Amino acid sequence: MTPSPDASILSLRQATLSFGDRPLWRGLNLELKAGEFLAVLGPNGTGKTSLLRTILGQQQLTSGTVELLGGPVGRGSRDIGYIPQQKLLDAGTPLRARDLVGFGINGHRWGLPVSSRAMRRRVDEVLESVGASDLANASVASLSGGEQQRIRVGQAIAGNPRLLLCDEPLLSLDLQYQRAVSELIDEKRRELNTAVVFVTHDVNPILNMVDRVLYLAGGQFRVGTPDEVLRSEVLSYMYDTPVEVIRSRGRVIVIGAPDGYGAHDHENHHVHGDGGHH
Amino acid sequence: MDDLSGTLFNFENYGELLVLVRNSIYAGALLGIVGGLIGVFVMQRDLQFAVHGISELSFAGASAALLFGVNVVAGSILGSLIAALLIGVLGVRARERNSIVAVLMPFGLGLGILFLALYPGRSANQFGLLTGQIVSVDNEQLGLLVTISIVVIIGLFVMWRPLSFASVDADVARARGLPVAAISIAFMVLLGLAVAVSIQIVGALLVLALLVTPAAAAMRVTASPFLTPLLAVLFAVVSMVGGILLAIGGGLPISPFVTTISFLIYVLCRVIGWQQQRSGSRGERTVSPGRAAGPTVRLSE
Repeated sequence: MTPSPDASILSLRQATLSFGDRPLWRGLNLELKAGEFLAVLGPNGTGKTSLLRTILGQQQLTSGTVELLGGPVGRGSRDIGYIPQQKLLDAGTPLRARDLVGFGINGHRWGLPVSSRAMRRRVDEVLESVGASDLANASVASLSGGEQQRIRVGQAIAGNPRLLLCDEPLLSLDLQYQRAVSELIDEKRRELNTAVVFVTHDVNPILNMVDRVLYLAGGQFRVGTPDEVLRSEVLSYMYDTPVEVIRSRGRVIVIGAPDGYGAHDHENHHVHGDGGHH
Repeated sequence: MDDLSGTLFNFENYGELLVLVRNSIYAGALLGIVGGLIGVFVMQRDLQFAVHGISELSFAGASAALLFGVNVVAGSILGSLIAALLIGVLGVRARERNSIVAVLMPFGLGLGILFLALYPGRSANQFGLLTGQIVSVDNEQLGLLVTISIVVIIGLFVMWRPLSFASVDADVARARGLPVAAISIAFMVLLGLAVAVSIQIVGALLVLALLVTPAAAAMRVTASPFLTPLLAVLFAVVSMVGGILLAIGGGLPISPFVTTISFLIYVLCRVIGWQQQRSGSRGERTVSPGRAAGPTVRLSE
């Protein structure tokens, strides 16, 4: 089943989220259509992850509404594929790449993990489609960060989700893998017409893929195409301080952006892609 | 020295003894299955220390039951479940959980010692709760232990897949709509029951040898989701049954035998795992020779 092209996948109306008297964002209106790629940018502490948590029903809005596929959000959903940050698994964790992908298909089902022939075939297809057939029986803990994220993309798309939520999936990957994994996500959303919400501190690896950008900073937000939002005037206004946005060789470099909120934010300087290295 | 080894390993009239403890051996084997299976999840959920905490409160419950003359297994289960639920509800994060366990553990042990000190009966019963007493468990209680063990095994089988998902990949499981918190509490209840049963047999102090060591050993030698529980069960059953068979001859507590076998299996698995790693046979990666050296990511298809 392919969703109709203009079906609204995600809809936030007048959505406000505050912690105490500190608003993270206020009056956020956002409609996400099937197949649309939205990048969520901004310094740490501006509510990027809280936005994902809101969509996943783990965070209540202070006011306003959030709807997934025209209905209220639940506590997670099988219409959502989720790609988390790469994290290390303990060596010996009894989990192979194919098991991780399998969880994305029937991980919610009770019973023993005996898989049918059809199930195994589906897992093989997914692994093939993310170029990871040769890793199928490798233990996930033994894979490199880039390989793990590749499997993660497979896991997230395996259940044919309508919405793909990506929470810094490129973090701690080197440049080559950043490109490979983001290209894979882009390819899959076109193939499956899946809407993508991609939270990242560095827009550069996905700059030529995103349809729209949601920029969060200073308790404010801007939504628009990268060209509309990633401009010196816009960011200077949001940060309330002179900020310069330089476009150079297909990259966006933001100079002079202070921390949004959260003085404990130490990762911020590298935030807008002064190279994407760690 | 001869005296000592005679006490440790005495196989006179062994055949008659074996008949007497036959039921205990069956129960031990069943408990091995429980320990091996649940241990896999204890390892994945990082609950090793929590197992110890639960067992001390279970010990308190059992000794209270002994003192007040009610069913010891029931007392043990009550203590176990209270501890398991407290740890499950309050200790969602590993660090909080460790503090809660560390607070509960001496409290439970202290209570247990108090109840035992007040208990006027035979001291063998008292010691048994700490170090194991399967041979002295009567048939009625044995029936109860078997029933609970079966409940735990069935419970694990029913929730195996979502429990694995939630254990190794909680964030994604939550995003996909799994009731991760409820699964966690359900698991803690099963764990509480498993600990309560184990205490009757290997004793509060040595529960880890049954609920953690076999699974930890299995995970040193395989990362297969099928082999891991199978090996863990095998190791736990061998430890339990082997321990009972060795212990009955000398009429000694079974736990030192169980824990020693369990420990030796673990050491062996570490050595094997270390050799696997050196020879690179771990991980079952099937990379074609042409690509073995480079990164396995294809940049464009």
